[in-house]
Amino acid sequence: MKKIVYVLLAAGFLAACGGSHKEEASSEKLTGAISIDGSSTVYPLTEAVAEEFKATAPEVRVTVGLSGTGGGFKKFGRGEIDINDASRTIKKAEDSTCKTAGIDFCELKVAFDGLAVVVSPENTWCADITVAELKMIWEPAAQGKIMRWNQIRKEWPNEEIHLFGPGVESGTYDYFTEAVVGKSHSSRGDYTASEDDNVLVQGIRNDKNALGFFGLAYFTENQDKLKLVAVNNGNGAVLPTEQTVKDKTYAPLSRPLFIYVSKKAAERKEVVEFVKFYLANTKTLTKDVGYIAMTDQEIEAEVAKFKAFIGETK
Amino acid sequence: MSKYNRNYIVDKTFQWFAIFCTAFGVLSLLLFLGNICFDGIGRINWQFMTSLPSRLPEKAGIISAFVGTLWILVLTAIIAVPVGVGAGIYLEEYAGKSRLFDFFEINITNLAGVPSIIYGLLGLEVFARLMNMGGSILAGACTLSLLILPVIIVATRESLKAVPKSLREASFALGATKWQTIRMQLLPAASGGIVTGIILSLARAIGETAPLIVVGALAYVPFVPTSPTDEFTVMPIQIFNWISRPQKGFAIDAAAAIIILLLITFVMNGIALYYRNKWQKKVKW
Repeated sequence: MKKIVYVLLAAGFLAACGGSHKEEASSEKLTGAISIDGSSTVYPLTEAVAEEFKATAPEVRVTVGLSGTGGGFKKFGRGEIDINDASRTIKKAEDSTCKTAGIDFCELKVAFDGLAVVVSPENTWCADITVAELKMIWEPAAQGKIMRWNQIRKEWPNEEIHLFGPGVESGTYDYFTEAVVGKSHSSRGDYTASEDDNVLVQGIRNDKNALGFFGLAYFTENQDKLKLVAVNNGNGAVLPTEQTVKDKTYAPLSRPLFIYVSKKAAERKEVVEFVKFYLANTKTLTKDVGYIAMTDQEIEAEVAKFKAFIGETK
Repeated sequence: MSKYNRNYIVDKTFQWFAIFCTAFGVLSLLLFLGNICFDGIGRINWQFMTSLPSRLPEKAGIISAFVGTLWILVLTAIIAVPVGVGAGIYLEEYAGKSRLFDFFEINITNLAGVPSIIYGLLGLEVFARLMNMGGSILAGACTLSLLILPVIIVATRESLKAVPKSLREASFALGATKWQTIRMQLLPAASGGIVTGIILSLARAIGETAPLIVVGALAYVPFVPTSPTDEFTVMPIQIFNWISRPQKGFAIDAAAAIIILLLITFVMNGIALYYRNKWQKKVKW
């Protein structure tokens, strides 16, 4: 109890002193608090980093919320949080909010996530699908029209198609519609939606005629219950694997995950150390939480970007 | 068929229908509880109760969420109970019939039906931003207090209404003032119903997620909150977070956390039952 009060006092003191005491602080133990919010997709990774960071800097209080990418950017634009987790890049409107509020920021890539297109193991016909076919199925005009498998490809059976996908509030939905339909947040409405991807897994595995999509990690954990569909973007059908997501041959359904660090927060020693720690450990921690790590060169590029942002030279 | 026979059959049919309704509720609850217990009971141990959240399901624990929920529970009760009971007493005992009174009454009843996320938005603007509380336990507790106030007010009023008129009149006849009558006769007589209302509304409050997330409750809190100004998380948020993770181990963690949350609710309901019985024995008229 007392200890925490001291930590708080110290945090307040450090914050009050600002940059002028930077030199002294660097030789001391790191203290302070870092508030992070944003995407629930990036959350597991940031949580893992925060957990490990606690082992090296036990007196820094790192808290992570999950208001969603959009909700997080709202707080970020008001200067209420230090770092925002984002499963997409910042939108124009959000960017201008930040500019008006005088919030300068640095966008850092931290990992990749693949979107898996899956069917039930009982589905014997669908092994690959083209992006054009996916668009045909999911675009708003398909509502009430594309209802059977043989409408998509002639040799597929004359059976009803049952669609499953994440709810419209999720970043996964935004990303899928952007990549497949061509316009973010636009798709047919007559599909089974759930905010909980585990519900989608259950729905698809028991339905021979189901087709759905969600984060690759949910497939990896349920490989015995689902069948992965290879996606053909004109260069042959590609299955999402660690390799194909990493080298971007699995396109367009792989996406980068980001953290946004505000300039003001990056003036604090503990935030700088946290972000460096994040980039240094993302490679190993990404695997633990089911995402796909960046290559060493990509990580180095992000580290260099961050160093330039805080005005640190090598 | 005689009239007697027909009535008998209708009577029996209704009885069976009522039994079916009861059994339906009880069985679905048992099925749900059985399922959760099967999944989660083996996970509950000292390590689970005292560990901070973690990316590894077998290392994760609920201490920060558990303590956060207790903080929220206690603070919400401290804020909502005096205000709610006070407002209920005023509306039932002091306020005269008037247009304004009708207006209040309709509003309070309607408030009980407002979706909880609306309270969250209100809490975010008023408590977290305007009053500068930020995403603290206090801001969360204030928001949940607003959420359960209508329920407490209505419960207080209904319980006061149920006190026999003779009791009131006898008290006045013996020369007691209005406050004395309320304090020594009406409140003790109505306390069973009021306490039940309070406990049920608090049980609702600890199950809420949406308004707290809006106000700024977090998901990863690597410390045990020690004051009302600390940031926090609560058990429903932790449970929701675990359930939506792909790794199987988190589903077990979630089941275990659900059992703990249910236990808190059971204990609270138990307390309500105990006090209702105790007070009802005391009050004789």
